[in-house]
Amino acid sequence: MDTPTLHRRPAEIWIKGAQACLLAVAVCFSLGASDAGSRFNDLGHRMMCTCGCAQLLGECNHVGCPESGRERIELSSAIAAGQTDQQILNMFAAKYGATVLAAPTTHGFNLVAWIAPFAVFAAALLGTILLARSWSGIAGVKAQAAIAEAPPTDPAELERRERIRRETGSDGGF
Amino acid sequence: MAAFGSFALLIALALAAYNLLAGALALRLIATGQPVAVSPERLADTARRAGIAGFVAVTGAAFALLWSVFTNDFSLTYILEHSNRALPLPYKFAALWSGQEGSLLLWAWLLGVYGFVLRLRHKTDVKLYAYAGTIMAGIQVFFLLLLCFPASPFALLKGAIPDDGNGLNPLLQYPEMVIHPPMLYLGYVGFSVPFAFALGALIMRYPGEKWIKITRTWTLVTWLFLTGGIFLGMHWAYAVLGWGGYWGWDPVENASFMPWLTGTAFLHSVMMQERKGMMKSWNVWLIFSTFLLTLLGTLLTRAGLVSSVHAFAQSSIGTWFVTFMGIVLAVCIFAYVLNSAHLKTEHHLESLVSRESSFLFNNLVLLTACFVILWGTLFPILSEYVVGNKVTVGAPWYNRVAVPIGLFLLFLTGVGPLLPWRATSFKSVRRNFILPVIALWATVIVCFAVGVNPWAGGQFSSGNFFALVAFALSVSVLTAIFSEFIRGGQVISRQTGRNLFAATWLLTRRNTRRYGGYIVHIGVVIVVIGLAGSAFNKNIESELGVHDKIAIGPYTLVCTGFTQDSNDNYDSEYAMLDVYKGGQKRFQMTPEKRVYHASQQPQTMVAIHSVPEWDLYVVYEGSNPDTGQPIIKAFLNPLVGWIWAGLVVLVFGTLLALVPSLTPATASLRIPAARPITPETALKGGH
Repeated sequence: MDTPTLHRRPAEIWIKGAQACLLAVAVCFSLGASDAGSRFNDLGHRMMCTCGCAQLLGECNHVGCPESGRERIELSSAIAAGQTDQQILNMFAAKYGATVLAAPTTHGFNLVAWIAPFAVFAAALLGTILLARSWSGIAGVKAQAAIAEAPPTDPAELERRERIRRETGSDGGF
Repeated sequence: MAAFGSFALLIALALAAYNLLAGALALRLIATGQPVAVSPERLADTARRAGIAGFVAVTGAAFALLWSVFTNDFSLTYILEHSNRALPLPYKFAALWSGQEGSLLLWAWLLGVYGFVLRLRHKTDVKLYAYAGTIMAGIQVFFLLLLCFPASPFALLKGAIPDDGNGLNPLLQYPEMVIHPPMLYLGYVGFSVPFAFALGALIMRYPGEKWIKITRTWTLVTWLFLTGGIFLGMHWAYAVLGWGGYWGWDPVENASFMPWLTGTAFLHSVMMQERKGMMKSWNVWLIFSTFLLTLLGTLLTRAGLVSSVHAFAQSSIGTWFVTFMGIVLAVCIFAYVLNSAHLKTEHHLESLVSRESSFLFNNLVLLTACFVILWGTLFPILSEYVVGNKVTVGAPWYNRVAVPIGLFLLFLTGVGPLLPWRATSFKSVRRNFILPVIALWATVIVCFAVGVNPWAGGQFSSGNFFALVAFALSVSVLTAIFSEFIRGGQVISRQTGRNLFAATWLLTRRNTRRYGGYIVHIGVVIVVIGLAGSAFNKNIESELGVHDKIAIGPYTLVCTGFTQDSNDNYDSEYAMLDVYKGGQKRFQMTPEKRVYHASQQPQTMVAIHSVPEWDLYVVYEGSNPDTGQPIIKAFLNPLVGWIWAGLVVLVFGTLLALVPSLTPATASLRIPAARPITPETALKGGH
């Protein structure tokens, strides 16, 4: 009984899946907010409050914060003055230091912060696929060797093996 | 009492040191078979008893500290800094872990509790338990050294003793703070137990997989505590910090999440070892890493390496932790290199698409997530070291990097249980996946119909996109899991004639581990649905005088006044807000701002009205210094309640997985043994 299995066409499935994921990620990273209200909200969530509370500027509301109110006014003024997002972020970074930005920039050494997770994920994924393939290869060779050593000829034995395979193979238990 | 506590700690240290040294010597003698005057078995037993006595001594020290808190003994620096006379009774308990020294004592005491239970159960496997007990004694020696020397909770105040203490940090004066830290610590400390078993089994080259079974139960219990601790911490952050969120990717939050991820990976991959004898080295290293990550978490909390909102327990004991972590890592590597041949195994998969490979991918994703969080937590230090600039790695970075990985993990949560062991046929794929795929696309359509649209308003919203994907995957995974229950239930129903519900319950009880695991997955999915709701959070902030109103979502909040109150511990101001929905008054909310007498620190107490669709969350932020007008901030946070409901399901599933499965009922018939045939019976005509 030779039931077709999924592992015979994995490449096509994986390529299609990867294409879909890439498209989704590209769409996510390529677009952003544009009107003043949503820009304020967006930029407020891309900067930190500088009072040391370790909260985002857009979310800092602890009692008596000496910084967040002033920074929000500066942010509103910069948006009203028609500055671009990047200009505003640069202005805040120049005034308060790089730690005011809630995420590392995408140039210089900071780019490593963005690349490393995806690089590690890709390497680990590749490693896991290769490992699984190698393990399944070993299993295949062993199975073939076992068949070559003792090919069952008895129809009752064949039926028994098929029944066991059917019963254990379709069990989805932990 | 201070002297009693100090001596108790010193005695505990001496006993733990004896347990470590005598235990190690005894095990060495047993391993080499060297003839000595003292029986190694008796020596090992004295070590075990020393461990039990050590627990009593640490308990004595913890009692001494609590006694000092309750009797307001401000001659102790720790009590002076973390308590005051007017502190309510439950928070006096919280003072035990509100500072560095007290929380280390809590750690040592919990380690003592775990060690006590372990040593009492030593008859399960005397030798393995002796190894584990000795390793735990080594860990205990480290914490007791800290407590006896650089971080003594019984340090005496120099100079005049003040009449009252500085009080407990206001952030910690919240009911959950009485439960959250012990729960989290039970999780952190608990991972010492599987670590000790894994290292012990490796050193003694333990035959078979029994140690895995013993370790699994401990790991599951510990994992449950850590999970509960993390969620309680989330709820505390939500209800106390007043920023409308529950997870800020703070380094200390991350520190608790990392061992959770590796522990979860271990709980999955260990099944490969039990069923197929695979991944032995991997599992050993997973548990080693989990323990090391718990130490790293404590290091991050204590040493002030990274800036965090959890700054109330920082000190300079980081060097001690780094040294101890170095020693632990060296011991692990040494033991592994020496005994790696014992872990060699034949790895074989029959198909790339099978339950086995789904566990591999599950581990891949969990460990990648762990790496991402570790990377994000430590990158500011790395950046400062490499280029001299400290940077912030905050929520925007994690949302872009960790959320897609989390969604992939959610996808695997649904796919894994649907794949059979060994190999998958197209027929079974079609049968198992058709419903979840239909559910996925149906959810996408429904989401678009109700407005969950990433392109709503003409521009793309990544938050909405991730929420859409999360909702669709969640419904799909739930469908997959429920269909597993129903399929199994139908079989039992046909066999036993019970109705489907009763049959499904019987099915669950017959394999609690498997179906408990599925229920845990359901809990995780419910949590994810709750988390996805954050994409649609709304908030409004306004100065609000009496009779002024603000509107958010379907609610209108009308201010009816402000009032003040005072007690021994704090003064408070309340805003009284009537909440209208559909033109009718529904309820009143009273957000509060407190100023604590002892510390003179202000603190907000959020008012939350929770329904399944959303939470109405109102903060009284204080008065505008320019206008004198009170400021009210209101949030409408969709689906937050689902997060806490998911936790309940998750806890239920884990508890169920810990319960032994019912064995199928079998009828036995007693047949008297045949009498032996003797010449006499044979002659009489009998058998």
